[in-house]
Amino acid sequence: MSGSFALRVHKALADPHLGPRLGALSVQLRHRRAAAFASLPDHEALRDRARAAKLETLRDLPGHLERFEARLRDNGAHVHWADTAAAANQIVVDIATGNHATLVAKSKSMVSEETHLNTALERAGVTVVETDLGEYIVQLAGDTPSHIVAPIIHMSRAEVGRVMHERLQTPMTDDPATLGRYARERLRDVFLTADIGISGANFGVAETGTLCLVTNEGNGRMVTTLPRIHIVLMGVEKLIPTLADLDVFLKLLPRSATGQKLTAYSTLVNGPRRAGEACGPDQLHVILLDNGRSAIMASGSAEILGCIRCGACMNVCPVYTTIGGHAYGDTYPGPVGAVLTPGLRGLEAWADLPSASSLCGACRDVCPVRLDIPRMLLDLRHRSAPTQAPGWLRVAMRAFGLVVARPVAYRVVSRLARLALRAGARDGWIRRAPGPASAWTSSRDLRAPSARSFQSAWQQRRTARAQVKR
Amino acid sequence: MQVQLFHTCLINDFAPEVGLAVVRVLERLGCQVEVPLAQTCCGQPAFNAGFQNVARVAARYTIDVLERTEGAIVIPSGSCADMLIHQFEALFTDDDAWRPRARAVAARCHEFSAFVSRHPGFASLAPRLEATVAYHPSCHLLRGLGIDDEPRAILATIQDVQVARMDQAEDCCGFGGLFSVKHGDISSRMLDRKIADVTATGAARLVSCDMGCLLNLGGRLRRIGSPVVAQHLAEILDESLT
Repeated sequence: MSGSFALRVHKALADPHLGPRLGALSVQLRHRRAAAFASLPDHEALRDRARAAKLETLRDLPGHLERFEARLRDNGAHVHWADTAAAANQIVVDIATGNHATLVAKSKSMVSEETHLNTALERAGVTVVETDLGEYIVQLAGDTPSHIVAPIIHMSRAEVGRVMHERLQTPMTDDPATLGRYARERLRDVFLTADIGISGANFGVAETGTLCLVTNEGNGRMVTTLPRIHIVLMGVEKLIPTLADLDVFLKLLPRSATGQKLTAYSTLVNGPRRAGEACGPDQLHVILLDNGRSAIMASGSAEILGCIRCGACMNVCPVYTTIGGHAYGDTYPGPVGAVLTPGLRGLEAWADLPSASSLCGACRDVCPVRLDIPRMLLDLRHRSAPTQAPGWLRVAMRAFGLVVARPVAYRVVSRLARLALRAGARDGWIRRAPGPASAWTSSRDLRAPSARSFQSAWQQRRTARAQVKR
Repeated sequence: MQVQLFHTCLINDFAPEVGLAVVRVLERLGCQVEVPLAQTCCGQPAFNAGFQNVARVAARYTIDVLERTEGAIVIPSGSCADMLIHQFEALFTDDDAWRPRARAVAARCHEFSAFVSRHPGFASLAPRLEATVAYHPSCHLLRGLGIDDEPRAILATIQDVQVARMDQAEDCCGFGGLFSVKHGDISSRMLDRKIADVTATGAARLVSCDMGCLLNLGGRLRRIGSPVVAQHLAEILDESLT
């Protein structure tokens, strides 16, 4: 473990509240998810269908994107393509300035976190307000989300109260209902006066050009209907082939994310306001972002693009629930982030993330799309380890490779290693091991290797028995 | 019935008594146990650390050694069994010569608890032991091989053994092989959580089917001065049969 990841982990572990808070979240969400899935009799078959739909999309992503774009244009939307985060932000800024917009209301969108859209808009003189409660607090605190579904899981109620008190001069309280009311009072004006609403999309249906948003707070619906311009920023991988597929995903996503059978709002957007319609935006812009996704498509981690951002893998991950989202250092934390971030940002600088997993497989088991995250982590390790693993590990692996297929040499080396370790043991245990193994003995004793191997004990037993028989 | 014991490197170097317990249990079932003495290590440490070429050297060698033997191959470790049963084949996806050989060896491999619980001789054993036990389902056993009912069934068969319910039993203990050294601080926190859940059960023994997890759990139990004993399933079963 090197550099900044180690520092972030150190910081996370030094926070006495983080671990227990994440542990409690994990237990609660796991139970809720299990109960919600239990109410869905054919859920394993649905997961198979979801996986098949996502893999079908990825098998011909350009084709699905072409269909999607054509349907969007038929529906009256403007379609923009962005290769990079900067290009996507520029498109948004151009729409804003071209329409003399000064206020943007945003609903929750991870992809806008990925592009740092708020910073770009503010630099262009446009005020942005996050309207998802969690994201609103994150914005007030000048923080970043630490979970893709529960952005402020790292904060306590008291901390939320303090942030609102300091930034909005509200009376100090830690009562969630009161804090929610304070936020609602302030956001109401934003919804009513914003020139532009910006949202992400949970799904884009290629067959119909439908954009689907899955939300709980109602802010998503305000953002997509009240302002005169609605901008959707979405990654190119968010497509699914058909509306029938959407039915499958709407059953799986809320159950996986929050343990709900259905979220409070499932919003389907099929274009801007049409003649005679009472509400909806005059303009609908859809920005399709690549930003490294094509590179992931061409790598061994292409499957990760099937992720529907439910966050279930985080809730069950023993590493995520120990170090929290900020330790992952980028937009997407947890198991999915450990694959996605090196893909989007480059493996060389982010090789610590795939290495920080015990490969326990809980993420694979819980994933509604059955993404084989451990397999992808192994692939990333395979691509980075030979050049980036710590020196001691590379030396050890070279030595291991030299002896593992030579049983005599292997036995000699194992024997020497046993002897060396035993030299530091007392009563059969090692309290302080040397070198890299000291990371082990910092918290646990190391059982001393046995004076004699199992094979030697076995051979002795065999000889003794043969003598008895004779 | 002849069986080959793939004893695993951890049992060979750290816990020969577990290997002997495995042998005794298998013999009680009527198996004629053979130990291929040329075996070394399945290569899992290299595989998990991303050194796939090194892992392939170990895999080819292990396949070669085991091909020369006959009968079922019993492996007293969920993660080593998962390595031989699933990952060997994955290492040779693009290798038409080795893939079928990996598959043929994998077809003969059985994790210890699965082998024992399905053995026709198991029903006629009369294991008995007074003990309270917490069972830790190791990750590669539970999620890699899908084996959970089998070890629990074995424990349930032992007369007078009380198996305590453990919260978050399916959570990783923080071992993860080299993970426990490369990310020792994260691993330690995961281990602490697990130990708290183990302690809360009030059980006197902690049983698992993986030596790696047991070294990790046992090392922490010893460090904190806990009286809980970490044991391999083979050890408690062997003890209950004597």
